Amino acid sequence: MADELKDMVLNYVTKEYLEDDSEPLTYDTPLISGGIVDSFSMVSLKRFLENKYAISIPDEEATPEAFDSVNKIVALVQRFAAKKA
Amino acid sequence: MGYSDKIRGTYQAQLKGIQDAGLFKQERFIHSPQAADIEVEFPAGAPLKKVINMCANNYLGLSSHPEVIKAAHEGLETRGYGMSSVRFICGTQDIHRELEQKMTAFLGTEDTLLFPSCMDANAGVFEAILTKDDVIISDRLVHASLVDGIRLCSAMHDTIKHSDMEHLEEKLQLHADKRFKLVVTDGVFSMDGDTAKLDEMVRICEKYDAMVLVDDSHSSGFIGKTGRGTHEKCGVVGKIDVITTTFGKALGGASGGCVSGRRELVEMCRQRARPYLFSNTIAPVVVSGVLKVMDIISKSTERRDKLERNAAYWRKGLTEAGFVLKEGDTPIVPVMLFNAKLAQDVSQSLYDEGIYAIGFFFPVVPQSQARIRTQISAGHEIHHLEQALAAFTKVGKKFDILGKTKQEIIAKYGM
Repeated sequence: MADELKDMVLNYVTKEYLEDDSEPLTYDTPLISGGIVDSFSMVSLKRFLENKYAISIPDEEATPEAFDSVNKIVALVQRFAAKKA
Repeated sequence: MGYSDKIRGTYQAQLKGIQDAGLFKQERFIHSPQAADIEVEFPAGAPLKKVINMCANNYLGLSSHPEVIKAAHEGLETRGYGMSSVRFICGTQDIHRELEQKMTAFLGTEDTLLFPSCMDANAGVFEAILTKDDVIISDRLVHASLVDGIRLCSAMHDTIKHSDMEHLEEKLQLHADKRFKLVVTDGVFSMDGDTAKLDEMVRICEKYDAMVLVDDSHSSGFIGKTGRGTHEKCGVVGKIDVITTTFGKALGGASGGCVSGRRELVEMCRQRARPYLFSNTIAPVVVSGVLKVMDIISKSTERRDKLERNAAYWRKGLTEAGFVLKEGDTPIVPVMLFNAKLAQDVSQSLYDEGIYAIGFFFPVVPQSQARIRTQISAGHEIHHLEQALAAFTKVGKKFDILGKTKQEIIAKYGM
C-alpha cells in the first residue's frame, strides 16, 4: 500500500497545488513550510484522503507539520488506516 | 518599565530584518490633492517634485472633482462632522440610508449595508452569514481582506487555482455534503488586472446550489457598459448573491465600503457583522461626496468611456514599446519585470523621469513575478500618457528590457 499511496499523494499534490512551470516535487519536499501549499488549501487534501480511505483525521491531528511532506502525509494516513483496521 | 529593552530589541531586530530583505515600506508624502499631476516629497525632507501619478486607484478621476468637493462641503454644513455613535445606537442619518438605496439600484441587488471600509465589509460578512457546517471556496489570488474575513469565520475554507473553473467544479463536488457553499472571488484581480469568469462561475454554482460572493472594489463605477461592475460585464446582474465594494477607489476615493446582495444576507450583516456593530460608519461628509459621485456616474458613462480609451491607449503603447505585460482589458496594466530589485530600480528611474509608479514583489505578488503595476485614470489626458510612455521607454532602454521575453529578462536579472 505504501508505494501506491505515496505516488497517489504526490500526484494529487502536484495536480492540486503546483503551477505548470513549477519544479517537480519529491516525497520530502516541504509543502507548507516551503510555501507550496498554504494551510487553507490543506483542507481539500485532508478531505480527499478521508474520502478515499474512509478514515477520519481529527482537526487537532491535521496540523501543518503533519501535512508538510508527502512522506509525512503517508505516515498520517497509514496511522489512521491501521486504527480503523 | 513594561516596554523592556528585551521587547524593544526584539522589534528592532524584526524591523531590521524587513529592511535587510528589501521589503521595508516607506511612504511618499503628497502635498497636493489626489490627481494625475501631484507634488511629492520623497524621500522625507526632499524638495517637492511634480510627477504624473500612474499608481492611484482614482480610476474615474473623481477624487478631487469640484462637484464632489462641493457636495462634501454641503454635507459638512448640513449633517455635521462626526456621528459619535455606531449605526444601531444613534449613528445612522438619512443620507446613510439614501446611499445604501442608491448602491442597491446601481448594483442591481436587493439591499445594501455600509461599512467603514471594504476591508471591514470583508472582515464581517463571512462570520455573519456562515457557520461551521458550511464551506467557503475561494480563488487563490483573492484580496488579503477576503482572506482575513474568511479566517474570522468558522466555516471550512478551501481554495481553487486562479480562475480555474474545472477546479471549482471539482471542489464543489468534494464539498457536496456541506450545508451551504460560498464561492469567493475578486471581480477584477488587483495585482494582475484580469477579470473573474463570473458567467461560467454563476452557471457552475447554480448547478451545485452554491452562492457567489464577488469583491468588486477594482471594478465598481467603470467595468461593464454602464460601470456597474464585473457582473454587468459578464452578463450576470442579479445573479451574484453578495457584492462587496469600496468607495475608496473609483467612487470618490475617500473611504468606506459596503455589502450588497440578497436581502436576508445583508440583514444578517446588519444583525451580526462585527465591524458594522462595533465601529462608526462612514462620516457624513464622505457619504455626501459619494452621493454626488453616484449622481455623476449614473447620469453619464463619459468618464468610464474615457477611462476605457485611456487604458487601451496605454496598453497598446507599452506593448509597442516592447514591455512584457499581463494580459487583460482593465485599467490595471502590470509591467512584468520578474526580479524584485529590477522592479525597485525601474520604479526609482521612472520617478527620476517624473513618473510615479511603484514596484511590487514577493510577498505581495508570487516569487519571481515582480512588476510595476500601472493604473490608468479618466483623470489622465493623452499628454500625461504620452509623457509616461516616453519615460517608460527611456527607462526600458536603460535597463535593456525592451523587446525581451520573460526568459530573457530573467536570464539577465535573475528570478
